[in-house]
Amino acid sequence: MSDAAPTGFRARLHGRLPGPLRRADPAVVIAFGCILLLLLLGSLYSRNFLSFDYLMQQLKVASFLGVIATGTMLVILLGQIDLSVPWVVSTGAMMASAAAAYGLLGEILSVPFGVLCGILIGLVNGFGVAYLRIPSMIVTLATNAVAQGLMVVYTGGFSPQDSASPAMRWLATGFLIPGLPNAVLVWIVVGAAAVFVLTRTTFGRAVYGIGNRERAVYLSGVDTRRIVLVAFAVAGACNAFAGVLLAGYASKAAQSMGDAYLLPAIAAVVLGGTHVLGGRGSYLGTVAGVILITLLQSILSVMQIDEAGRQLIYGTVIVVMLLLYGRQPA
Amino acid sequence: MKDWRYWLAEQRGTLMAVAIFAVMFLIYVSNHPAGLTANVVQTASNKATLLAFVAVAQALVVITAGIDLSVGMVLVLTNCLASWLVVGTPLQTGLGVLAVLATGLACGALNGLIVIYGRLQPIVTTIATGAIFYGLALMLRPFPGGSVNEDLADALTGRILGLVPASLVALALATLLIWVPYRRSVVGRAAYAAGSAEVAAYMSGMPIRRAKFLAYTLAGLFAALGGLFLTFYSYTGEAAYASGNAYTLYSIAAVVLGGISLMGGRGSAIGAIFGALAFRTIGDLLFVFDLDPLWQPLFQGVVLLLAVSLGAFGLLRVRNRLDWFE
Repeated sequence: MSDAAPTGFRARLHGRLPGPLRRADPAVVIAFGCILLLLLLGSLYSRNFLSFDYLMQQLKVASFLGVIATGTMLVILLGQIDLSVPWVVSTGAMMASAAAAYGLLGEILSVPFGVLCGILIGLVNGFGVAYLRIPSMIVTLATNAVAQGLMVVYTGGFSPQDSASPAMRWLATGFLIPGLPNAVLVWIVVGAAAVFVLTRTTFGRAVYGIGNRERAVYLSGVDTRRIVLVAFAVAGACNAFAGVLLAGYASKAAQSMGDAYLLPAIAAVVLGGTHVLGGRGSYLGTVAGVILITLLQSILSVMQIDEAGRQLIYGTVIVVMLLLYGRQPA
Repeated sequence: MKDWRYWLAEQRGTLMAVAIFAVMFLIYVSNHPAGLTANVVQTASNKATLLAFVAVAQALVVITAGIDLSVGMVLVLTNCLASWLVVGTPLQTGLGVLAVLATGLACGALNGLIVIYGRLQPIVTTIATGAIFYGLALMLRPFPGGSVNEDLADALTGRILGLVPASLVALALATLLIWVPYRRSVVGRAAYAAGSAEVAAYMSGMPIRRAKFLAYTLAGLFAALGGLFLTFYSYTGEAAYASGNAYTLYSIAAVVLGGISLMGGRGSAIGAIFGALAFRTIGDLLFVFDLDPLWQPLFQGVVLLLAVSLGAFGLLRVRNRLDWFE
């Protein structure tokens, strides 16, 4: 347990650490340590790894995963899981691009419309989990299938022809502040909102509480079902918003653009020290997890390891890191 | 309560799955242009056995209150391996089959080791090992290809005596030879006990760890059987990421339709088999009604959503609102 007093060698080590480090979650510290290690390894391979441009590029790529991981983390904190990420991302991207085809009004409303579609799917997820009490793994699996079916019918099985609106492209690739890509800015805003909600509002308290013991939270007068419903809707919004950003980045939506994000999002959240069964975890850890996963993927592809090797190393690293600090008490 | 009532209560989920399948299959056959011929049954059962093997694999783990999100990837890996090894003379083919099954067992054992002795959550562990298995599959078959002993493949996907589909017989045999002895053994009962009340089972001295480990290992074996049949069915090996994921997702759907509780301790592999058969039949219903295949994913999704929502009727029986949060 992370909150139990460490003993023996670890206690002595613990006592010698400077204050801020001593209070930090070991998972977060290890995750950031691994990021530094990866950067070091990368810089041995090529000096470009420590250049500002490369790091900004990595942050930009990470921001899409970061927005998705924000929603995933919220759901995991509740002790649930959201497997509908792939097709909610695609739905957000496709619907926003579709709206952009309807004149000026469509272009203005493209981003909100894409996010709205994600919220709707999230509400179905939340309703199934909170009010019908169906395990989240099944509900989100089913809504994922429904979203996929809707999009297949909508596109006719081909890649959609609509392209992203200028607003979507600006959000993903523009520069509001010189040197800082807008996508990173968006992640910072989303992240700041998440930190505020999780640590400074009753909603956030309730989310952590439900992850620990929903009965107790219910008995203390919180409408836990509404909290769960809202949390799933927010997760849906995050996923669809990331889809909108991705469509802006690639300037069009694609059928399976969300497939590559489900596992990395869960892995990022869990590597960042959030407990899979809910109730414990910090957003800082999720940030570390997202950057760690993005860097790992980037370094593996720069070193020209083929897809097979990447999958192998990727899976092994996750297992090894979790064995280091993600173990449950015996 | 009489004995048969206990039996009925225990088997309710399985019987429901059988009933759902019977109704779906009746609708399917009565609307099929060719009607109930040996050919129609053979094609349907070949497609369904693939999923049934994977569903049994998932059921074994779900009964212990775990989950295995890597079953689809074990299927893909064993498919790729079989497309290399299950060729040549009967002896080589036989050894190849054994090697493929052993690989499945090893994959399952790896999952079991990490989950039980490494004390990691099954969801994350099997996601990660799934990536590893997929990586290995991709190394074996960077491009789709390979071949299989076609005599064996045709025999196992054909008909016995011109009537009974051989794949169904193989499924029944695998269930009889592996599932039934497992279910009746002490370890099998411990798996159920671990799923319904782990602490109580531990205190009564049941071999919980061994039971869980065996469940994950046998799950690997059943997924490998699925991979083997996929090779017999398609004659090639392909490291298809999407199809591996789809099998994992469908296996969970089949398990739910088959009346197995995701909380563990309830249901049986027989239920999972009928859940898989029912799920496949639902997917094929659209074809016999001659609708645009474009609507198939949506139809399958909506049926899945409705089927899992049926579970909510249990809420009506809850007398104390606190029981919502179990």
